[in-house]
Amino acid sequence: MVFEGLAEKLQGALQKLKSKGKLTDKDVKDAMREVKLALLEADVNFKVVKDFIDKVKDRAVGHEVMESLTPGQQVIKIVHEELTALMGTTQSKLNFSPKAPTVIMLVGLQGAGKTTTGGKLGGYLKKMGKRPLLIAGDIYRPAAIKQLQVVGAQLDIPVFSMGDKVSPVHIAKAGIEHANKHGNDVVIIDTAGRLHIDENLMEELENIKKEVVPHEILLVVDAMTGQDAVNVAETFNHRLGIDGVILTKLDGDTRGGAALSVRAVAQKPIKFVGMGEKLSELEPFYPDRMASRILGMGDVLSLIEKAQASFDEKKARELEKKIRTQEFTFEDFLEQLQQMKKMGPLSQLLEMIPGANTKQLKNLEMNDKELIHIEAMIRSMTIEERRNPSIINGSRRKRIAQGSGMTVQKVNNLLKQFEQTKKMMKQFADMEKSMKKGGKMKFPFFGK
Amino acid sequence: MLKKWISKLKKEQNEEKEDRKEIVQQEGMDEFTAESHEGCEKVWEGEEMLCGEEIDGEKEIEEIPVEKELWPEEEPVREKTGFFAKLKEGLTKTRQGITAKVDQVLKAYKKVDEELFEEIEEILITADVGVSTTMAIIDKLRSQAKERKISEARDLRSLLKEILWETLDLNKSHALHMDPLPAIILVVGVNGVGKTTSIGKLAHKLKSEGKKVLLAAGDTFRAAAIDQLEIWGNRVGVDVIKHQEGSDPAAVIYDAIQAAKARKIDVLICDTAGRLHNKTNLMNELGKVRKIVEREYGEASKEILLVLDATTGQNAIQQAKIFNDAVDVSGIVLTKLDGTAKGGVILGISSELNIPVKLIGVGEGMNDLQEFKPKEFVNALFGEE
Repeated sequence: MVFEGLAEKLQGALQKLKSKGKLTDKDVKDAMREVKLALLEADVNFKVVKDFIDKVKDRAVGHEVMESLTPGQQVIKIVHEELTALMGTTQSKLNFSPKAPTVIMLVGLQGAGKTTTGGKLGGYLKKMGKRPLLIAGDIYRPAAIKQLQVVGAQLDIPVFSMGDKVSPVHIAKAGIEHANKHGNDVVIIDTAGRLHIDENLMEELENIKKEVVPHEILLVVDAMTGQDAVNVAETFNHRLGIDGVILTKLDGDTRGGAALSVRAVAQKPIKFVGMGEKLSELEPFYPDRMASRILGMGDVLSLIEKAQASFDEKKARELEKKIRTQEFTFEDFLEQLQQMKKMGPLSQLLEMIPGANTKQLKNLEMNDKELIHIEAMIRSMTIEERRNPSIINGSRRKRIAQGSGMTVQKVNNLLKQFEQTKKMMKQFADMEKSMKKGGKMKFPFFGK
Repeated sequence: MLKKWISKLKKEQNEEKEDRKEIVQQEGMDEFTAESHEGCEKVWEGEEMLCGEEIDGEKEIEEIPVEKELWPEEEPVREKTGFFAKLKEGLTKTRQGITAKVDQVLKAYKKVDEELFEEIEEILITADVGVSTTMAIIDKLRSQAKERKISEARDLRSLLKEILWETLDLNKSHALHMDPLPAIILVVGVNGVGKTTSIGKLAHKLKSEGKKVLLAAGDTFRAAAIDQLEIWGNRVGVDVIKHQEGSDPAAVIYDAIQAAKARKIDVLICDTAGRLHNKTNLMNELGKVRKIVEREYGEASKEILLVLDATTGQNAIQQAKIFNDAVDVSGIVLTKLDGTAKGGVILGISSELNIPVKLIGVGEGMNDLQEFKPKEFVNALFGEE
């Protein structure tokens, strides 16, 4: 496999970079070389890659390197962030016209998946409570109309067709009239696949656009498309002014660099992705997932996450010290909670707490809600209270309970547990030293 | 700098992995011009496509490679222009896209230097040749230029041409393996690459060569795929063996083979449903179809054609590998070369997988399926006869 070992190589190369402090020119350059390769192998257009790399380079040089990240990892982190940002936000929204029917037109190259996508979109809209109508505007490809009819029948969505001897412009117009009469509030016009350099057929699309004024013109793009994706997106956008993109066949193993190319040249959101052959498999677009996929550096990214975790571990170690010296306060605890939230699932973040190993923690059942409650209670304390919990008396407890929407009992519990924890943590730490096995300890805050 | 990092990387790769052979197959970074679309207008003046009334509920759907169909009447005129002219005509865009660029670059530089190589490399990557294949080509270009002491930029042209041609020519036949008759051709590929359309064109081509052709509607999955093939069958004037949508494709192929035997058919062309190569079950199904072919039609010459869309990027290599594992692909059909896509990925495929390109689709007409001839192809690419 072409990409195999890419992540490995990348890691190897990145680990060599050892400088600390700020990212140097060289750090960035070396890492960028790998990123460039990854992007090109993912079929991101050459020019788009170049622009992107230049941009990221500017941002990255001089950037602080987080402790416990290598400079290379830091660069990748920036790349991933930039890539995600470039990809836009999760936006699977369609523009609906205040006056029915909303007209959606699907355009694209041959074989991109317009007819299938038309069906999927119809199904999606139907689920939303709309009453869609499919218009069979592909009069060229043999059996294209039939295909749409079959799709429509499967989804129980009406299909409007006038055969293949009427011009698509006329069909589109008549279809909308039909929708008006039959109370369909969304129409989806399926058009014939065409090459973007096909003058006659592109003109035909322009004519349809002029005639029916669609609210959404969506370009359907095969996720496997290579370098040419920019030409396609550019031309379709230039001639029709597309409103968004649907990326199809993403259930294959393509890295899908076309997504970035299209996004970069057309500056239009990717609204949906096609994830399978079933008519229900139309999903919203997730920029961060796409960024990871294109980079093909799942391993590296998780490595970076881990590195970040170890960065927090340093803080945690300070914490441990505090605990030992009994300085542990609610403020520290709050900070810890926040770190935990950043890091995702509880099971993972607990690994960073010193003295607590995974095995021991397995017995713990925690839920994030509990954490939210704890956080709320701590936040309802004054700074003074957080630093010195012993001053929390009855009326303070009442206030804290009210402020956090909890009961006084809960606050009592928290305080009790906090004290226990302090002791426990100390024990943990001591125990770690003396006995390696570590019995089944109960982790005070989250125990049942 | 691309160049540099690429070559550095390349070196690393070579050090680490011997398995990455040095290959240089450059092939058609071809891009072909769109041919005029007289066909399309014709169609809607009134041609009988049977796009149907009745709907039979079936499983699922994927989109078809759509190529607008043209009508035979207009074709003969072009046909007389012969392969080369046709190809050249089809390649006009490509020449503008690649060769013109190469020429431009060569003109801009007097001396052969690193920067020049970088520019050529960029051109290749933009043609979907892929990073590693491009690196291999450039390395070869660089070392041979050194060997032959080429220092003038303009002398690099013929060298590049030579390398591209070598890359494409696998010392394998690029003609369809149909000797002795009867023959069976199994057509496979992912969704939307143009399988059914290519079959229609191929049937037309073989029929006009005087062969008795039969089609098997093995795509029982996608909505209206059978109808699509039937329309092609009517148009070309060949019979289609079909079952209902949703039936077992292996059974269709089995029946078609029996029919081919009974009717003394020369060439049986079997359509299959488009499938993404990472869907294991579907690939297994394909393996089953192939087994039927082996068992029931052992005496026939076999050709297993993988249809690739020229617009596809590096994923095409994956497609070729996995399909090859599943059914031993014997040749590639590269479609949609009449757009601006250059289909450079077949260079990587021919060098890495050693599968010859056999047919190329350069337009939407019935006659726009061409045999692939590497030398003529490269010549046409460089605008030379």
